[in-house]
Amino acid sequence: MDGDDRDIPPIPASPAEAHAPRVGVDEWVASVAERREGYSGVLGRARSELERVPRPVFYAAFGVAAALLPAITSDGYIVRVGFDTLLYMLLALGLNITVGYAGLLDLGYVAFYGFGAYGYAMLASPKFGIHWNTLAIVPVVVIATAILGLLVALPSRRLLGDYLAIVTLFFGQLFVAVYTNGERMSLFGLTRSHDVTGGPNGIPNVDNFNVFGGRIGSLQAYYYVALGVFLLVLLVVFLIDTSRTGRAWKSLREDPLAAELMGMPVNRLKLIAFAAGAAVAGLAGTLFAALNTAVFASDFDVPTLIIIYAILILGGAGSIGGVILGALVVNISLEVLRTPGHATWVFYVTILATLLMALRPWRVLALVLGGTVAFGYAAHAIVAAAWPRGVHGSPSVGGWFGSGLSGWELHPSNPRLIGNITFIALVLAVLALTLLSGWKRWAAMIPTLYLAGFVWENRLVVEPSITRLILVGVILIVLMNARPQGLLGTARVEIV
Amino acid sequence: MTDEPLLSLESVDTYYGPIHILQGLNLNVRAGELVCLLGGNASGKSTTLKTVLGLVNPRNGTVRFGGEDVTKRSTSYRIRQGMAIVPENRRLFAPMTVLENLQMGAYLHAGGTKEDFDRVYELFPLLHERRAQLAGTLSGGEQQMVAMGRALMAKPKLLLMDEPSMGLAPILVERSFEIIKQVHESGVAMLIVEQNANVSLSIADRGYVLSTGRLVLEGKADDLREDEGLRKAYLGR
Repeated sequence: MDGDDRDIPPIPASPAEAHAPRVGVDEWVASVAERREGYSGVLGRARSELERVPRPVFYAAFGVAAALLPAITSDGYIVRVGFDTLLYMLLALGLNITVGYAGLLDLGYVAFYGFGAYGYAMLASPKFGIHWNTLAIVPVVVIATAILGLLVALPSRRLLGDYLAIVTLFFGQLFVAVYTNGERMSLFGLTRSHDVTGGPNGIPNVDNFNVFGGRIGSLQAYYYVALGVFLLVLLVVFLIDTSRTGRAWKSLREDPLAAELMGMPVNRLKLIAFAAGAAVAGLAGTLFAALNTAVFASDFDVPTLIIIYAILILGGAGSIGGVILGALVVNISLEVLRTPGHATWVFYVTILATLLMALRPWRVLALVLGGTVAFGYAAHAIVAAAWPRGVHGSPSVGGWFGSGLSGWELHPSNPRLIGNITFIALVLAVLALTLLSGWKRWAAMIPTLYLAGFVWENRLVVEPSITRLILVGVILIVLMNARPQGLLGTARVEIV
Repeated sequence: MTDEPLLSLESVDTYYGPIHILQGLNLNVRAGELVCLLGGNASGKSTTLKTVLGLVNPRNGTVRFGGEDVTKRSTSYRIRQGMAIVPENRRLFAPMTVLENLQMGAYLHAGGTKEDFDRVYELFPLLHERRAQLAGTLSGGEQQMVAMGRALMAKPKLLLMDEPSMGLAPILVERSFEIIKQVHESGVAMLIVEQNANVSLSIADRGYVLSTGRLVLEGKADDLREDEGLRKAYLGR
């Protein structure tokens, strides 16, 4: 190669000036702007209009809609679910700082939630005879939780990815172990034992929020307090998100080395993100303790952590709107699934929707669906003739759907044993499906789907507390396959 | 040019664990100078840059920047003193926009003033055009410009470049070095680490040649271009 005077074309100032292949201009990228106009029809126009609306407008709209909920319904159950949903939104918002922005996989997050709840309970209950004003407790608890977050993060700040996850998971478990066994604590065995956390009995009779003598007692009032707190934290997080620190967190998440090369104080940024997330969790803890008027360590264990993570991941880590949407989807579906009838509807609709998305061309779809229905009625007829006990039970839903199901699905009078066996058979059948291809897979899908229906009706639906978690898990898997970045998350762009 | 070099490495020994990488390296860059550091694979070029930046610490020797001994100082301190780097493979923040990438470059200057942006946009009009686009969706050549723009946002006294030609088509390499020359002419001292000896020597004032962690050649760029040994080893003529 020689340093000859080749004619190098100048970089055009704008794509409009250019013709033919250009140096430094990616044709594909240049054409994306044109493709983006490709939304057509009413939906398309609505979509491009919605994209133009600034994000705070959506948050405000959510705030107004949420504020109307107690006005629309006086049903205590619904308001209670609303409160829990807001609480989970708040928790997910805090986790969004640590995981979504800074990319620190904090698996001990619930411990900060529990620390906040216990902190409130200790300062406002007959436990130690302390009854502080709420306006004094909340800042103390939030700051204490933030400091705890700093202490956890301090030795872990050099740890990356998986290692940080292990350390924080350990911390979370340590929290649960200490608080469930904290009824006889002494300082290294040197002092007399004291009951600090109430052990497995937790701390009962916690005071309600109490501001200058005014007690906040009603569920409605707590709902509004939770909404106000959530919107306030949302505003703060939104401002941070668009600030220099927010951008620094995101760049740290994307490429810690490059962030360091830009002169960012990487360690300090990590510590701040960790402490900020912890502080929000602590704040959520005080709300939890005040409404429930009791705290137990088991409320702050792994299942709660999983729900918070499910919300964050489903909504899209790093997205504030995703936190709201994720909490709505996860919490409401968990509630709906409590009732077996509702759960059955969700189960069949999920399966149908998955098939609609996954099966192409439509002829295969029709064949599999029709085949499954026919298979069911045939099986039902044969079993009814040969072994009447096999169709003795009744389906979990009523109405036309239920009567349709009772002619299709087998319902043995005592399904426990056969339910367990078929559950294992179902798992094996699903595994076998992944090994098959082509028409064999479509053919095998028919009995597998029927088996799934059978297992649902006879084994899963009778234990809703476990089943709803399984079903939410399945819904998550399906959604994450369709949108790996979460409902509102931005798709990852990789530089290769 | 002042007598005191802007950057100097004085008999630096750098180790990775038990392995002795840089062996008594002496190197300096004066203010406003463009110096290139050449060498084949595993010759210690990147380690030299890491030592300059403080990503690894030398066991012996001194790193001076702007007359100050920065051997024990952190990376972020050195960058605050006026170093900036265009890292190997550019390392842009892919899901962030071009504008945000530039703001990150000026992190230590509160995200950059309008003058900083104007200066960078004047050098790279394309970045202004593409400021709202995600950096990860740019082509290789465009990404190179973002990486340089990002580094220049910090108003560096010394710009370090690690393999700016890597992954670019030959014609883009030449274009890229034209831009490097332009940046240099605006008064920024540069240390360029390169495998492509010919094109880097064509714009450099001076050059160093490393081989397995030792300096084997140094001198004016024009002299190096005529050097028989270097020709054989790197220029392939």
